[in-house]
Amino acid sequence: MKIFGIRLPRMSSLILWGLLWEIIGRIEFSFFVPPLSAVFATLFEIIGTAAFQKAMYETSYAFISGVFFAIVIGIPTGIIMGKNRLIDELLLPWVNIFLSAPLTALVPVLMVLFGFGMKSIIITTTLFAIWIIILNARAGVMQINRSLIEMAHSFGASSWEAFSKIYFWAALPEILGGVRIGVIRAVKGVIIGQLLISIVGFGALFELYSANFLMKHFWAVLIVLFALAFTISEVLAYLERRVSYYAAKR
Amino acid sequence: MAMPQTNALSEESPSTADIAVSARNVSKNYDNVEALKDLSLEFPRGQLTSLLGPSGCGKTTLLKIIAGLLEPSAGTVHVNGQAVTGPGPDRAFVFQDFALLPWASVIRNVAFGLELRGVATSEREAIAEKYINDVGLSGFEKSYPHELSGGMRQRVGLARALSVDADVLLMDEPFSAVDEQTRRKFQEDLLSLVANENKTFIFVTHSIEEAVYVSDQIAILLPRPSRVSDIIRPTGLREKDLTTIRRDPEYLDIVDEIWTSLKTYVE
Repeated sequence: MKIFGIRLPRMSSLILWGLLWEIIGRIEFSFFVPPLSAVFATLFEIIGTAAFQKAMYETSYAFISGVFFAIVIGIPTGIIMGKNRLIDELLLPWVNIFLSAPLTALVPVLMVLFGFGMKSIIITTTLFAIWIIILNARAGVMQINRSLIEMAHSFGASSWEAFSKIYFWAALPEILGGVRIGVIRAVKGVIIGQLLISIVGFGALFELYSANFLMKHFWAVLIVLFALAFTISEVLAYLERRVSYYAAKR
Repeated sequence: MAMPQTNALSEESPSTADIAVSARNVSKNYDNVEALKDLSLEFPRGQLTSLLGPSGCGKTTLLKIIAGLLEPSAGTVHVNGQAVTGPGPDRAFVFQDFALLPWASVIRNVAFGLELRGVATSEREAIAEKYINDVGLSGFEKSYPHELSGGMRQRVGLARALSVDADVLLMDEPFSAVDEQTRRKFQEDLLSLVANENKTFIFVTHSIEEAVYVSDQIAILLPRPSRVSDIIRPTGLREKDLTTIRRDPEYLDIVDEIWTSLKTYVE
């Protein structure tokens, strides 16, 4: 966007919203909205603390494990569903139900099944992320140019070669799109898991800060989380753009 | 519709010719639709045979059965005396829409057939290099398909088929997706390919002119259900100068004759 002939960098509107926040904070409009500058000051204060670093570690651990399982299980499942009509018929209703289901309601069941620890949090994260990854990988495989498959077949490709040299690459733009959305959902999953299952990680910090009305701390942690989720999503969007140059040419 | 099946083969094909591919009593049904019915045809070695007919006449179906990509409902196909049960290294396919890997460079695309056959990287790239050069694409080894024109993409597809050194080249309307000028150049190149490589070419086309221009033998297929209605051998044309064939009276007569026989089947 251009204003007065000056090209503004992307997202520069955030500065405007930040200013608004600062003003509302300064006029002490509400106890729940401290000035943004104070929030950032608190942010740098708590980043060094052991509590924050522990929360960061626990959250990253649950998040990375959860996303890892979602990707490693989700992509092959989606590809197999796209290739095999029978398996697709069997699994598709479940994938669709879980994609739109309010998974938060399932978390208590997971607690009973898998205990109150990290395991349940990781499973919650996986459950939040996996369905869209499956659906996108499936959609990617289903739009593959038939003649690419015939080509591989005619040159004697084995099933594994067709999978690893054709299906995966042809579906890659859709797969990455699914992973990006899945990862964003996993951020939700990991926080909800931490809040509901066992009070650890950022969930514990949120609980602590909001229970004690430490609003500056509360906002500081929230900003860290938003920034992390946003950064991860942007990195994946960048990767997606790098491979989608050929998506339109298939 | 049930016309008596005339056996055009025994009288038309020269008994002395070495037969590379033969289709015997091939039928193919899709659910209730008869795509091919009791079709028999022989393809002489080292020659180019066109499958010509209106759309929906099953010519691509026959080609894919020969390739082993489709299974016939009845009948058999023999390549070099061996019954076809699936794709094999004795046949290579050139696709109408090129079927290139969009994420792979020209050299990897050309070498892809060899890659699937487990040929080592350096060896297959050396072979690919040679055929890239042969089809006139040297300098484009590192390019990607989307950076090439339609004609150049089909040259990549052709180089890939040539590089596996199969006896039989199966071409499914290979020039239908390229522009007219490129197509003419391709047709000339194809003729020199037939003359220089000792391969059997099976060429599907819907263009009468193209079939007469490039073929040693033209099998005319009629639709619903598909059968061979006639076999034409424009042998006289093959000795003539390429540049004047298109104004040759014999060429024009054959084109006209085929058009007359096909006319009634075109809606």
